[in-house]
Amino acid sequence: MSRPEGTRSSRRSLHVKFVPDEDVLKHIADDAGTKARKDKAQLSVSVKRFVKKLENISDNEAQEVLEEKNYVAALGICAQDPVGNGSNISGGEVFSFQTPKRSNKMAELASELAQTPEQNVAPDHSKCPEKMAKTPQSSVSSNAWFVFFFLLFQNKKKEFVSTTPYRLRKRLAGPDPYLESESEYSASCSEEEDEEEQKEASTILSDQKTPAKTKAASTPLPRNSLAKKVKEQKMGNLVEEYFEAHSSSKVLTSDRTLQKLRKRRLNQQTLHDLLKNAPLAYAAEIRDLNQQHESLFSKWMLQLHLGFNIVLYGLGSKRDLLEKFRTSLLQDSVHLVVNGYFPSITVRSILNSITEEVLDHIGTFRSPLDQLEFITKRFKEDSSLELYVLIHNLDSQMLRGERSQQILAQLSSLPSIYLIASIDHINAPLMWDQAKLSLYNWLWYETTTFNPYVEETSYENSLLVQQSGSLALSSLTHVLHSLTLNARGIFRLLAQHQLEKKDNPSYPGLSFQDFYQQCREAFLVNSDLTLRAQLTEFRDHKLIRTKRAADGVEYLLIPVDDSTLTDFLEKEDEDV
Amino acid sequence: QQIQEDLNKQLLDNLVSFMSRTYSDFQEKTTEWTCRMKFREIPTAALVLGVNVTDHDLTFRGLSDVLQDNITPYVALLEAKDCPGIKNLMQKLMGQLMNCDIDVDSLEDEDCVQVSQNKIRCSMPSLISWYESVTKKTDSETPSKKRNSSSKHWQSPPVVVIFKDMESFSTKVLQDFIVISSQHIHELPLVLIFGIATSPMIIHRLLPHSVSSLLCIELFQSLSCKEHLSTIIDKLLLTSQFPFKLGAKVLQVLFNIFLYHDFSVQNFIKGFQLCVVEHFYSQPLSVLCCHLGDTKKRVYSLSHDQCENIRRLPSFRRYVEKQESGKQVALLTNDSFLKEETEKLLEDLHVYHENYVSILRCLHVFTSSLPKYPLGKQIRELHCACLENQVWETEEYESSLQLARMLNKTDLVTMLQQCVEILMLSSGKEFDKTVEKLKEFLTQFQNLEAEASQERDVSVSSQKELQKKTDLYHLQKTLLELKESRRSKKLTKFEMLRFDVVDYIDKLVRKYLVPADHRTLHEIVYFNAASVLRGHLNAAPRTALHTALNNPHWYLKNQALKCDGGGISNKAPDICIVYKLHLECGRLINLVDWLEAFSTVVMAAEEPNADAASLDQVDDIIHARFIRAVSELELLGFIKPSKQKTDHVARLTWGGC
Repeated sequence: MSRPEGTRSSRRSLHVKFVPDEDVLKHIADDAGTKARKDKAQLSVSVKRFVKKLENISDNEAQEVLEEKNYVAALGICAQDPVGNGSNISGGEVFSFQTPKRSNKMAELASELAQTPEQNVAPDHSKCPEKMAKTPQSSVSSNAWFVFFFLLFQNKKKEFVSTTPYRLRKRLAGPDPYLESESEYSASCSEEEDEEEQKEASTILSDQKTPAKTKAASTPLPRNSLAKKVKEQKMGNLVEEYFEAHSSSKVLTSDRTLQKLRKRRLNQQTLHDLLKNAPLAYAAEIRDLNQQHESLFSKWMLQLHLGFNIVLYGLGSKRDLLEKFRTSLLQDSVHLVVNGYFPSITVRSILNSITEEVLDHIGTFRSPLDQLEFITKRFKEDSSLELYVLIHNLDSQMLRGERSQQILAQLSSLPSIYLIASIDHINAPLMWDQAKLSLYNWLWYETTTFNPYVEETSYENSLLVQQSGSLALSSLTHVLHSLTLNARGIFRLLAQHQLEKKDNPSYPGLSFQDFYQQCREAFLVNSDLTLRAQLTEFRDHKLIRTKRAADGVEYLLIPVDDSTLTDFLEKEDEDV
Repeated sequence: QQIQEDLNKQLLDNLVSFMSRTYSDFQEKTTEWTCRMKFREIPTAALVLGVNVTDHDLTFRGLSDVLQDNITPYVALLEAKDCPGIKNLMQKLMGQLMNCDIDVDSLEDEDCVQVSQNKIRCSMPSLISWYESVTKKTDSETPSKKRNSSSKHWQSPPVVVIFKDMESFSTKVLQDFIVISSQHIHELPLVLIFGIATSPMIIHRLLPHSVSSLLCIELFQSLSCKEHLSTIIDKLLLTSQFPFKLGAKVLQVLFNIFLYHDFSVQNFIKGFQLCVVEHFYSQPLSVLCCHLGDTKKRVYSLSHDQCENIRRLPSFRRYVEKQESGKQVALLTNDSFLKEETEKLLEDLHVYHENYVSILRCLHVFTSSLPKYPLGKQIRELHCACLENQVWETEEYESSLQLARMLNKTDLVTMLQQCVEILMLSSGKEFDKTVEKLKEFLTQFQNLEAEASQERDVSVSSQKELQKKTDLYHLQKTLLELKESRRSKKLTKFEMLRFDVVDYIDKLVRKYLVPADHRTLHEIVYFNAASVLRGHLNAAPRTALHTALNNPHWYLKNQALKCDGGGISNKAPDICIVYKLHLECGRLINLVDWLEAFSTVVMAAEEPNADAASLDQVDDIIHARFIRAVSELELLGFIKPSKQKTDHVARLTWGGC
């Protein structure tokens, strides 16, 4: 394998450090397919063998591809549903992997987006080629690509000196299979060349292409093994790209922090107020959309009664929709609303509210399983009992566990419990296996509402929002001021130590022994016990957290972010 | 509504009866073989059930019912999720067994059992003592009762413990249980049944040799789920008893879900139920979808609106257009005339179904044995093909006819016989002639056979002649002649007859297997909204999310959102913009950059009406909007906060969605 690679690269004088096997195979196949090589006769034997092997495989693979297509076609057999079902686009479009972008890409895209004219008619030409590669399946962009490379190729290779770092080059190599697949007919459409030429000058400077790629583009492929190569190449690239992006510990992002932005952090309340004032975009359309969903209410009711349970998915908060369902249809019946997004909700509390409030049972149960059994029994005994359970966010942190889902599934399988739930997380369906799915007996409804998730996100600990639950600077100082001077000193010591180590992401905390040593040196404590007593007090005020490592050593950590801590220390210094 | 519930019930009944039928043979085996219980070995049955886990529940329920009826009152069903430890297992076991006990015995000792149930220390000895007391009681108690029960149960009925999902039990629990119970096997005749989803090898992988040697395992293979499916199809779809039918596309979707996703018969039935619900909910004329006997009554109770509905059906319109003008007017204006006509048409439809099913079966007899199965091996594939379009126009049909013309005689004869049987069984009246014709073919074949035997005699004699002449040259010559004559005599009688038969079948197919869409009023009984079904059963939440984020115009029909290709307008909802921007990043995203990019986009979208004072205000709002959008993305699972670097979030998705 290494031999053909070497010869090839020497011939083309390329500077490629590593080429995946597939690439090599492909290039060999290219050469063999286009013209008989006059030199290197001894090589061609092995080359042919490769090609043969390749083609053998390619037949199978092509077959596979075909079958896959059949399957997709069969599933999407009646995908042309005109009204509002967004789940009809083909899988390839959605799940196609994309090449990772450079760190400053976001800003670029942003400015592009900002520049896009109102009507947005011809954005393609205003965007740089990298942008186009993002939709590799569209033939327009591939054409553009090809023509672009073709031009580059003609303009002699001297223009693109490979100054690009290796990583970037590899990334850019991503979309070229598509390009090849289009190359046959894109060569004829020359009218695009003009447009491309104008761009050439600007783009060439901004992103350098690897020579390997232009070469790949310029040699047409043998037709029959095309499909396979595209696939294989794609797979190869995907895998590599994935590991490339995830293996390197260093991530190239800018070092700016929110702290440096002179903006104050908004707290929950001001955020809420601000958002209230901001007008909701497309309110009319959203209302239309919701009205469509509301027309399904009676159908839901029927289906719930027939033993199905209903799950709603789609972008946007489905809370209001469910609320409306509840107020319009469930007013007279027993129902239970579970706010799954609430951070302290548990299955136990759901079960408790069923037993206590619906079944009027007083008493406790040893385990949720017992409780479930009790509920099952009661519902089976009394067929007049009916209960509607509405769960907002069935996929929330607290409910997504295996055991809770199992219990909920069993609950929902009772014939007189009607469950209607909503899910939001993209991977939510992964939490159900076959057995649970059959217990749930779901009917899926797509209800994309585009409503903002107001309630659902209000409990989330967003980075951008000032945490009301965790320690704020004021509470920190308040608590410390009520302590003795020694205690303050101890805390300062810990804080300083933590700030020194702030660049270390895997900093476990200060070990107890070291801390004790330091405190003794600063004459803050005189014995192990006093320090422990002090620490207990801190812990009660949630000022520190202790963690036991695998080797039994106790580590101490202040659960406050570094900026607050810095502020705190500065303030302390002023006081003293 | 009424009918539909009936249907559902019937459906489940069918399934249950089927299940019990499949397992009855197991019982027989089990009973025989528990007799030869060996020293310290627990008789064990390993049931290999296949991967369709969801169906197992039903199977086991059927199995335990049958066991209870026929062999022993003591059956306990255990599931892995109830038994994390040996203690829980014993508890569960005891509870179930005692409950069974209550069912069998009279209520007199109910209270004592109930009291004890809570207090009893759940251990093997207590179980044994319980067992002894129970068996003694049944022995001593009322001999009359014993007589009838002993006919069903034995003297000392075994205790059957069923482990529903053996693979998910923890090994330790299983081992402990087996070891403990093997020591008590003398006092307590225990039978274990393992439900296995994968392969029987799993027993040996889960249990070490020392434990598995305590078991005396016999393996049972349950029917594959495909066979279950075909029975269900046979009973539900290919009968004329159920007025409700599925369209081709719907069937295709259901089969695809079955074959590619779960192999679960239960899910298939769920899909079918959903179809029924959907049909009755969405099609106002589905009142007419009922048994033939009720049709008349229902047709005459139709209101004027419903008549109008009928007139609006496309298939009915086609029908009207074919009639002569006077009748056309009558059909379109006169309700009572319409009703009569409708009734007639519905009857026609019914007759069509009857014929369709039997001819389909005949055709299946022919095509299922052809090499390479051009029309599919299973009758369901054939059914789909026939429903979809005119089957005789397809290439596959052509090729299968070609192949049928090359069948040998014995096959052909058996097929014909099968066809005759099928047609005799069917209730259609038009088949008398067909049957006669087929029988005629059969007799002709028999005649041929007779002739052939005579011919053989002739040929034998000619061979004898050959043997006489030992001259090599002559031999060669005669052989050549023979060959030539065979070639020239292109069609023997048999071949002619074969052609006739195939042609006749072809004619039958063309006559009866007309796709249902060509029939008038097919909308009443056929359900065709496959996309609805697919949306509900096989939904794609990720795709929907992706569409909403990438192409909000799909949902929000606003002109400003319209855009082409991969681009997105800067007027899109906040979350879409934020999503688009985050796609540009690698694994980590700097929040500040993100915020800046976002505000650039949003500011550009808004009119630059800013004087300095309000700019600050606007800035705050944009900030707030950004925060909201980011936390929404977090909720949707696209990003999560990261500790690696301050003010960074980690991207959780790779690629497009």
